[in-house]
Amino acid sequence: MLANDRIPGIETYDVYRKHGGYASVEKALKMTPDEIVQEVQKSGLRGRGGAGFPTGMKWSFLAKPEGIPRYLVCNADESEPGTFKDRYLMEKIPHLLIEGMIASSYALGANTSYIYIRGEYMWIVGILEKAIAEAKAAGFLGKNILNSGYNLELYVNPGGGAYICGEETALLESLEGKRGNPRMKPPFPAVKGLWQSPTVVNNVETIAAVVPIINMTGDEYAKLGIGKSTGTKLISASGNINKPGVYEIEMNISVEEFVMSDEYCGGIKRGKRLKACVPGGSSVPILPANLLFKTAKGEQRMMTYESLSDGGFATGSMLGSGGFIVYDEDQCIVRNTWNFSRFYHHESCGQCSPCREGTGWMEKILHRIEYGHGTAQDIDLLWDIQRKIEGNTICPLGDAAAWPVAAAIRHFRDEFEWHIKNPKECMERNYGLAKYADEREIIPA
Amino acid sequence: MNHTDIKEPKFSAESMSEVNRIIAQYPAGKQKSAILRVLHMAEKEFGGWLSVASMDYVASLLSIKPIEVYEVASFYSMFNLKPVGKNVLEFCHTGPCAIEGAEKLIEYTCKKLGINSGETTADGQFTIKEVECLGACGYAPMLQLGDIFKEHLTEEKMDALIEELRN
Ligand SMILES: Cc1cc2nc3c(=O)[nH]c(=O)nc-3n(C[C@H](O)[C@H](O)[C@H](O)COP(=O)(O)O)c2cc1C
Ligand code: FES
Repeated sequence: MLANDRIPGIETYDVYRKHGGYASVEKALKMTPDEIVQEVQKSGLRGRGGAGFPTGMKWSFLAKPEGIPRYLVCNADESEPGTFKDRYLMEKIPHLLIEGMIASSYALGANTSYIYIRGEYMWIVGILEKAIAEAKAAGFLGKNILNSGYNLELYVNPGGGAYICGEETALLESLEGKRGNPRMKPPFPAVKGLWQSPTVVNNVETIAAVVPIINMTGDEYAKLGIGKSTGTKLISASGNINKPGVYEIEMNISVEEFVMSDEYCGGIKRGKRLKACVPGGSSVPILPANLLFKTAKGEQRMMTYESLSDGGFATGSMLGSGGFIVYDEDQCIVRNTWNFSRFYHHESCGQCSPCREGTGWMEKILHRIEYGHGTAQDIDLLWDIQRKIEGNTICPLGDAAAWPVAAAIRHFRDEFEWHIKNPKECMERNYGLAKYADEREIIPA
Repeated sequence: MNHTDIKEPKFSAESMSEVNRIIAQYPAGKQKSAILRVLHMAEKEFGGWLSVASMDYVASLLSIKPIEVYEVASFYSMFNLKPVGKNVLEFCHTGPCAIEGAEKLIEYTCKKLGINSGETTADGQFTIKEVECLGACGYAPMLQLGDIFKEHLTEEKMDALIEELRN
């Protein structure tokens, strides 16, 4: 998908078109919508927004009652800490998203589609609207596209600064001009979504991936990657690494290669050692170094949905949104966990008490442990609170807030205990590597 | 423009046609969907924050009740419901930025401007805000200034930026 991202002028229609752009729309309009849905099913594409739900299956669930409009809404809210890939894609190759939106809207029978983008990406709204205008002038949007009889209007809707609006039903509320309070499911958006009409919500990267799927066929796309992790994935790499940035990987490389090789992260910064990693955005469990490159079974861990979650939450994590955050030996796990809890507390919409109250309690307790006022009971109390949030809320923000806390305690309990036992010391220095973190020198001095 | 109370906010003719373009993007009767974008415009045009008068004006443009605007404006963190300085420095303080020096940089900037985070300098030039992840984690530390991101910041770059904004 990003193969052309360095071509000068690729953000313009002319250059994009010259490099094969919009071929998927030409091809798609000669197919039936159902044939496209089948291609996407065959491709094995899984939603790139975090949950990894099979896209073709989601599309096949879309209700098609007579006389009621259907909508495709692109989720460009991208607010999961550690994630900045959708932004990269939209900034560098806006036409790829527009092309994917046209082909996908046709497959779903939508005549009006929206891109809901986080309000902080305001300059990208302009980039996308320019691309839309260019595509329209070239006959790829509007009435009777390429004389196929198919009509489509595409609009961009900026948000107002709220992580929760990345959750699909909160996003729809927000798109309707309301507060971003998630809805109870069912009914699912596929049945009652935007303005109570059947709606599909897909991530930016998911929709962009439809372009190569149509161009190369679903079967060929499915050959990329390993097993059920087909295709390529955009990874946003951040933290204490030499080469932070957005990388497109085929899902067949190892985590070790991704972190250490110069092609990707380029190893740990400043010659430090690796301590931990959050591989899929702030919501997924943190992994200590000794469980990152190898699974608990001693197998090489790969950059795939399955391998990253190998071992379940006990010894594994998740690929999530692909927000890959790397921590070196100087980082404090308690502080980072407190930081993330503050985030979830700030972002909780406040509808469900376990999430609204629980995230605040976790933030407070973690703050006091970090600042040398923790008590011996605090760790168990934290564990208890996170357990009571998980699964007890309307939307998964509660789970997203609970998991990082649970994983930090699970893998770094000694670091929490050290903070509580050494209140003065913990204010002055960091604990360093957890006792079971990988001790070998990652970067030769 | 830094008026703190514009009594009768009114969009320019140019902005009004933009408002109408936005409303037309939604089906008839669903003009409420335009609210976030119009609020962003109102904030920009009416002094960098949303007064009750500004929000009431937006309600009238969208033919909705003022309360529908208040409840939305107060939910989304980008909207300032109180006056702010001419330049709002919104630092990301979330995990990935924090481990790459955001906290130190915020402290440095606060000291330099002589204010705490969340406050505005006496001359009304600068407000420092701390916000959550802005989608620039690989380019940390960073801040948002109006519609743009300033990334890969250092203390030196901060000095230069403040100097530039002062003049
Ligand atoms: C709290 C929360 C925040 C989310 N944020 C995003 C987001 O910023 N972008 C995104 O694509 N999906 C996000 N999701 C997932 C969406 O609910 C939804 O599953 C996704 O947009 C579906 O698209 P996909 O199937 O293409 O991944 C979020 C979910 C939750 C619970
Ligand atoms: S954590 Fe600062 S931009 Fe993401």
